[in-house]
Amino acid sequence: MTNPLFNSKLSVINVGLQMFADDLAAQGTDVAHLQWTPPGGGKPEVIAALEKLAQPQTAAKIEAANAEVVKRITEAKPMLVGYAKALDVVPGMTPTTILHAGPPVAWEDMSGPMKGAVTGAIVFEGLAKDLAEAAEVAASGKITFSPCHEHSCVGSMAGVTSASMYMHVVKNETHGNYAYTNLSEQLAKILRMGANDQSVIDRLVWMRDVFGPMLAEAVEITGPIDLRLLLSQAIHMGDEAHNRNGAGTLLLFQALASGLLQSSFSTEAKKEVFDFIASSDYFSGPTWMATAKASLDAALDVKGSTVLITMARNGVEHGLRVAGQPADRWFTGPAQQVIGPMFAGYKPEDSGLDIGDSAITETYGFGGFAMAAAPAIVSLVGGTVEDATAYSLEMLEITTTTNPNVTIPALGFLGLPTGIDVRKVVETGILPLINTAIAHKEPGIGMIGAGITHPPMEAFEKAIVALAEELG
Amino acid sequence: MSITAVVKKNTYFDSVSLMRISTQANTIEGIEQAFVAMGTEMNKAVLDNLNLLDDQLRAAGTGDLMMVVVPAPGLDGGQFIGQIEQLLTAKAPTGDSDIVYKTIAGAKEAIPEANFAVIAVNGAFAASEARKALNGGLNVMLFSDNVSVEDEISLKQLAHDKGLLMMGPDCGTAIINNVGLAFSNNVRPGYIGVVAASGTGSQEVSVQIHALGAGISQLIGTGGRDLSAEVGGIMMIDGIRMLAADPDTKVITLVSKPPAPETEAKVLEEIAKAGKPVVVYFIGGDEEAVAKAGGHFAASSFSAAAQAVALLDGGSPAETNIDAERIAAVRANAQEGQQYIRGLFCGGTLADESMYALLADDHQVYSNMGKDPAFRLGPNDQSREHSFLDFGEDEFTNGRPHPMIDPSLRAQRVAAEAEDPSVLAIVMDFVLGYGAHEDPVGATIPYIKQAKETAAAQGRELEIIGYVLGTDADAPSRQAQIKQLLDAGVTVTASSTATGQTIRALAAKEN
Repeated sequence: MTNPLFNSKLSVINVGLQMFADDLAAQGTDVAHLQWTPPGGGKPEVIAALEKLAQPQTAAKIEAANAEVVKRITEAKPMLVGYAKALDVVPGMTPTTILHAGPPVAWEDMSGPMKGAVTGAIVFEGLAKDLAEAAEVAASGKITFSPCHEHSCVGSMAGVTSASMYMHVVKNETHGNYAYTNLSEQLAKILRMGANDQSVIDRLVWMRDVFGPMLAEAVEITGPIDLRLLLSQAIHMGDEAHNRNGAGTLLLFQALASGLLQSSFSTEAKKEVFDFIASSDYFSGPTWMATAKASLDAALDVKGSTVLITMARNGVEHGLRVAGQPADRWFTGPAQQVIGPMFAGYKPEDSGLDIGDSAITETYGFGGFAMAAAPAIVSLVGGTVEDATAYSLEMLEITTTTNPNVTIPALGFLGLPTGIDVRKVVETGILPLINTAIAHKEPGIGMIGAGITHPPMEAFEKAIVALAEELG
Repeated sequence: MSITAVVKKNTYFDSVSLMRISTQANTIEGIEQAFVAMGTEMNKAVLDNLNLLDDQLRAAGTGDLMMVVVPAPGLDGGQFIGQIEQLLTAKAPTGDSDIVYKTIAGAKEAIPEANFAVIAVNGAFAASEARKALNGGLNVMLFSDNVSVEDEISLKQLAHDKGLLMMGPDCGTAIINNVGLAFSNNVRPGYIGVVAASGTGSQEVSVQIHALGAGISQLIGTGGRDLSAEVGGIMMIDGIRMLAADPDTKVITLVSKPPAPETEAKVLEEIAKAGKPVVVYFIGGDEEAVAKAGGHFAASSFSAAAQAVALLDGGSPAETNIDAERIAAVRANAQEGQQYIRGLFCGGTLADESMYALLADDHQVYSNMGKDPAFRLGPNDQSREHSFLDFGEDEFTNGRPHPMIDPSLRAQRVAAEAEDPSVLAIVMDFVLGYGAHEDPVGATIPYIKQAKETAAAQGRELEIIGYVLGTDADAPSRQAQIKQLLDAGVTVTASSTATGQTIRALAAKEN
């Protein structure tokens, strides 16, 4: 093989000693100096795993599998096809099943907010007369606890989902799979944040009896709604669609409005629904989660990949799932603190650890990954638009491709960074950025702030070692 | 009119992006007309008006992307679809110099024209980074040491299979396309190509070639272990082949410490096939074997440079000069028992060349370089009789910078050696160039002055011999460094070889 080096312009990538790069630059040579850190934090077993996966033959197979995964993610076309009770649509749902966010967790190990939500849901379902009895029921073994993610669902914050809650029904038109998530409860003192007093239960009842059924009728009238298109527009309008949903909520409401108006409910009920939607920009937040879930689940069965299809937290642990792995195989590490601005009167020590399936948005490529699209909320990441831009660009280093279907105007219409590659995370030490809300650590209180966090590196290290064993 | 149309199902772009992409696509050479749009009724009507609508396009839905190319006559439109797809996935504008890369793969993706990696990281991670670079199609200079010989072999084999350079591990010097890498000197471009398993050895040969008026085409480093029996000279052989094929290289020069005999034989076999004159400077090499292989044997670094230049010009090789008068005067002024040479070096090959000059006269020499434990000098041992220390060896560089970067440790040793009344002369090298300290002589002069004063106070003259390896195009210039030495009363030599000859004459047992 002939090496063309002597006939080419020297263009150098410099790794390690900066002075070599300086000398090259002084000679007028093109040089890029890496901000290099030892891969895998310098841990021998992690480096060995990376090396194993880097063997050209292995790497080529992984590249092919990863290309298929991101192809499915970007080509998925999630459509909002309806709203229905969980018991009627969610696979594996029973009257005594309670789904929750994140990886599996037993009742006694649940965090404060999740316990609050579980006991609230048990009362809501009529399985206990009050919260005290609900705690006994939860501990009795009569309730089946299971992660949302293992039932084609996602749940924001505690993610607690019970049989009679109304769900979004999202169909991925390209690949045929479905995804579900429950409805936004809007205000801060809500079940998903761990609040569970009578006002919370009353709202859930109204959502079951009025809000959910009216939405269901509306979609029957309007027909399926193209969620990827709305998401793409919302991001062009300044949402990152995890913590900022102003534009997305307007767009979704615009799409539903005619159907809501034509529904069979009374004007009074319609007014309540319109007011409820108007009460918080978060109305469409769960919708985008289901959009992402429907897309990522399309890659569930692609074998031999190193791309994530799930990042989810239960308030105690943060769990990752990788495409092609068994659906119940979670790689976990401790849930992290969320750092960011808090509501007046609360302090960082009041905050519960990172919780919720909402990191499905970052797993798809928006949320924290699309910070550059949402300059209005840069205060979450440190205050400047440059910070926000840098975060989005940094995510390119740990992802497989960009999504041509959803783009960020401020970055020259760069597509969303797509397909988080476990290898790249471990190699660069760059952790995915997650925008999220902060729940109070005690049950019964609710949301107290919002900010950013990351999954634990430990979970990625466990994943890379396991993947090297299987694929290497 | 030939048309190429591709419909990408379920691929949505906003109309603004598509307008930009269509505009760019229409500027691609060889495209007569390009149309990139979503499959809306309106867009299909436009295509219909242009007579570009075929059945496939007619079937496209609003969520499908249509790419239509009308190529220039005689061209195949299919070749342009890929280029349009690249526009669709265009990266963020990269004019911003603040973009930082964390990995070789990330940088290579953003800089597709990158063709070379310089790697200087902890040895535990070095092989892995080098492998990534090679797999990414980059030539590699691996400065790091502490890389296992197994890794070295597999890296070099991988590079060989891919047609890439794998210089190192432990490669400190290279000049590629007239760009100095790591520790190298600003020498004139020219027609002599060098392949070297010794860093300072190759620096010395390159600056002597420069001093003789010629220049360097390429200087390929191999790392010090390349000519071992295990590695088998993979990189030196590939280097010879690359220089043999390089039209700008007219003469090839090889530099190495003593190679393993079986590897030496393999390399010599290769020079016979080079089709160009090859000068071989293998310290302790076999003159007869080199000659038999058709090479030109060099017994010293200067001779290697002089022969290469002579082969290029057709003249006869230049000779070294030493200051016999000065040597005689120093010997005449010596006190009783003042007879030993102390070598304090930062360049390994320079230290070797001087030490071998004394060994050639059967002197006993203590050092941290030789293998005989009876003559082994540790870093904290006091010097005795003739003593040579290479401050670039691991025992001096563990946890501190190489003496070419930080001359302070060696400088302090000058003052210490001056206390010993048996010392006739101290000999030192000063290496200039890329990577090196900005004023190695200046950093050492105070200690040289102190050493001279110490000896004078005890009624002796202490001779200090300094060699400056560098060119006047280096910063600082060779000339400026020499002037500082001369001002401090130091005897300055003109080459590593002349330095060895000077101390050999100083230490000679008989006149």
